[in-house]
Amino acid sequence: MPSFQEIIFKLKQYWADRGCIIQEPYDVEVGAGTMCPETFLRVLGPQPYRVAYVQPSRRPADGRYGDNPNRLYKHSQLQVILKPSPDDIIEQYLASLEAIGIDLRQHDIKFEEDNWESPTLGAWGIGWQVMLDGLEVTQFTYFQQCGGIDLDLVPAELTYGLERLVAFLQVKDSVYDIEWAKGVSYGDVRHREELQYSVYNFEMADIPTLWKLFGLHEGEAARLLAAYDPKSPEKRRFPLLPTYDHVLKCSNLFNTLDSRGAISVTERVGVIQRVRKLAVGVAQAWLDQQLVQQEVAL
Amino acid sequence: MSLPFLFEIGVEEIPDWMIPDALENLRVLFEKLEIPHESVTLDATPRRLVLRAEGLPARQADSQERVLGPAKSAPAQAVAGFARKQGVKPEDLTVETTPKGEYYGFIKKVPGRLTKDILAEALPGIILRIYFPKTMYWTGKGGPRFIRPIRWIVALLGEEIVPFELAGVRSGALTSGHRRLGAKEIAVTPADYVERLRHHSVILSAEERRNRIREGLAGVRVKPDPALLETLVYLTEFPTPIVGGFDPQFLELPEEVLVTVMRHHQKYFSVEDAQGKLAPQFATVMNIDADPEGFVRRGNERVLRARFNDARFFWETDQKKKLADRLPDLAHVTFQAKLGSYRDKTKRMMALVKELGGKTLAVRAARLSKCDLSTELVKEFTELQGVVGGLYARAQGERTEVWQAIYDHYKPESMEDAIPRHLAGRQVSLADKLDTLRGCFRVGLIPTGSRDPFGLRRAAQGVVRILVEGKIAVPLLDLLEGNQQLVAFFEDRVKFYFKDHRGFKYDEVNAAMAAGWSNLVDLEARLVRIQRLRPTPDFEPLAASFKRIRNILVQAGFTGGGAIDQTLLEPGPELELYEEFTRIAGQPIENAISKLRPKVDLFFDKVLVNAPDATVRQNRLTLLHTLLAEFSTMADFSEIVTNS
Repeated sequence: MPSFQEIIFKLKQYWADRGCIIQEPYDVEVGAGTMCPETFLRVLGPQPYRVAYVQPSRRPADGRYGDNPNRLYKHSQLQVILKPSPDDIIEQYLASLEAIGIDLRQHDIKFEEDNWESPTLGAWGIGWQVMLDGLEVTQFTYFQQCGGIDLDLVPAELTYGLERLVAFLQVKDSVYDIEWAKGVSYGDVRHREELQYSVYNFEMADIPTLWKLFGLHEGEAARLLAAYDPKSPEKRRFPLLPTYDHVLKCSNLFNTLDSRGAISVTERVGVIQRVRKLAVGVAQAWLDQQLVQQEVAL
Repeated sequence: MSLPFLFEIGVEEIPDWMIPDALENLRVLFEKLEIPHESVTLDATPRRLVLRAEGLPARQADSQERVLGPAKSAPAQAVAGFARKQGVKPEDLTVETTPKGEYYGFIKKVPGRLTKDILAEALPGIILRIYFPKTMYWTGKGGPRFIRPIRWIVALLGEEIVPFELAGVRSGALTSGHRRLGAKEIAVTPADYVERLRHHSVILSAEERRNRIREGLAGVRVKPDPALLETLVYLTEFPTPIVGGFDPQFLELPEEVLVTVMRHHQKYFSVEDAQGKLAPQFATVMNIDADPEGFVRRGNERVLRARFNDARFFWETDQKKKLADRLPDLAHVTFQAKLGSYRDKTKRMMALVKELGGKTLAVRAARLSKCDLSTELVKEFTELQGVVGGLYARAQGERTEVWQAIYDHYKPESMEDAIPRHLAGRQVSLADKLDTLRGCFRVGLIPTGSRDPFGLRRAAQGVVRILVEGKIAVPLLDLLEGNQQLVAFFEDRVKFYFKDHRGFKYDEVNAAMAAGWSNLVDLEARLVRIQRLRPTPDFEPLAASFKRIRNILVQAGFTGGGAIDQTLLEPGPELELYEEFTRIAGQPIENAISKLRPKVDLFFDKVLVNAPDATVRQNRLTLLHTLLAEFSTMADFSEIVTNS
């Protein structure tokens, strides 16, 4: 029976063999692999790109102090982006399941409509949740818009829920019983983290401090965006990637504040819009900057 | 020669619920081509939309076209030029006489086009015109839009390919089998198409897939669920049902929760025991042929176990905090950005319940009605809102009327769904829906066309049904805050309800509503009376007379006022009508109609309303107006459409 890490190795190898760059997880907190610059920014513009990476995804409100066998504050997604999507993308995806030891002749696979949408990123796509014997194992999305911009090339995004997939393969009823490596369980590696972050997010996070941090990151992102000049001959030097990091910080702080019950109704929509405005701003500037870099390359 | 036509659009998995409408659309688009054919059959699986037609001609019939050339008086040079252009000799031209004079002409034979060419030209457009609620592009910005990427197209007229290209896909004779049980490329002809697909584990006919599921479940007491069956029929190409089980200990959880998990989250049928109680079993439908090792069954059982464990965990956690103690939490749950929180909504609902005549228990139910929105169970299973609140209220010792009112207050959720079982539940449901409608209309969130994100049509329809079927005789119009758009919105819903749902004739509904529709219980009673009166022999003639009266009054610009001056009444039909009217005034029209009708008929037969003497004329108009007003409290009978 392959371990958690062996399955990750196999999936990475599988997609590396199909032309994907294997990236490491992004080092700023995100709620989903989609938010990483490797997806959010790379899907913009006319450049083809293929990448795969495991991204720990933090959802403060989903924390359960390590008590619930299926729910995690932080879970791992294997994120695959194929831009543009190849015609046989579904066949390639199904073969990736075979590659990790799932005999599809003996299991039931269904593609059920599920269109993904992220209001904070101004992003949405069309697709399915992939059900394996009744278990959702992958979110499959054809991106249509990102940062409010229609995409030139339509990427396929595959998001594998790694804990679920491995629990399925290892026939475990609790994610904490998954074998991470030989003799080491998922619980050994991660349980303490689940407990402590749940305590922090639900009980101890200081609301005024988080709001202050939110304001600081928002201010820094907005300051930088305002300084971006599309006409500047030096614009390719402009630090849009660091700007985006501040947007991600805002997003994570928003989620934490939300799990803390600190965002009132009247504030909520407004705060989402503030983050969205920054994300859209970065996306537009990024697209503009990318075009100039192409010209330079020519 | 007559040819079969096979047209298959091969697509990545189409959302099941969109398929039947898309097929109907495809049929209409094909029929619009007006290519003669004997029969059309439509079929679909999640991966293909298929149109098959029999008896198409290889070529359309030839036709003739008259081409007019120069006038007969034109120089020979011009005539020769015309003939040359048409490819004939000048002596082959005929002379045609037209209203403008004599012209040279020519009957041109237009050979019928090849059906293949017509199809090749039209099919790409047909594909792209099939309507889907939400489409995507996949070949790049500006590319064609469809429900999901098109991966292959079969277009065969007889044995011949109808050639075209769409989204980089060339039409051909190759279909594709089941994703895991069939080959990726299969050559087909119109004759062997269905059997070739079957050989590659695709059952083309939805009816056959439906039957396969039914037969596979024969002997299992599955709770009938036609909507779920349809979903599964269009989610599979080779459906095979299997039955799994779960730990009977989970039966301690409310049945509503268990069924929702199975039905909505897992697309399982629930199973009953011989007594009709929920059994610790479920039935699921696979998209493969068999599960000999039990992998699929065990996989589904584990998923369900995890889901049930979650539900149990939520149920137990939620019990630690009473519904009543959750009220302050609602300040953090958005109802609608411009309309505040559910805490605000709850306050408004409580006031509305009182306004609707609700007693203490109904107000209590309104107070607790939205508290389940902060529970884990409802956050997880949103479709159980209300139901969960009701179950918790019961578990926490709330009175029967209170918990049932909470449980029921989202009802009716469709035209088929029942209304809340008791008065308190009806009042809470009305308050909830009316508050939503008033608020949304106030801030301009008004449904347009097919866009109705807040389900306002359904909410208004629910209000109408509860008022009528719950016999709640409150003046609806007084509850609409004088918002004319909302009044018009309700007017449409009331009409729809009585016409389409209750089957009253449209003119009866118009007639009854013209006499007022604020009290819907009263409106229904009047409609029933009209319906009963209508077949009686005096009804339609009297209705025709009323219409005549109204037209006379309108033409005369008469708006009422003044009393009838008896001294001006002419003896004979006019006086008799007046006397009959004074005898029957105040009686229900059912008693009066047979006496009134002959008098009215005679009046119109013998009396000239438009009398030369202005005072007499005025008096006659007053008489007619009084008569119309007396019997128009039940309905405006002039709205009735009569044959006469």
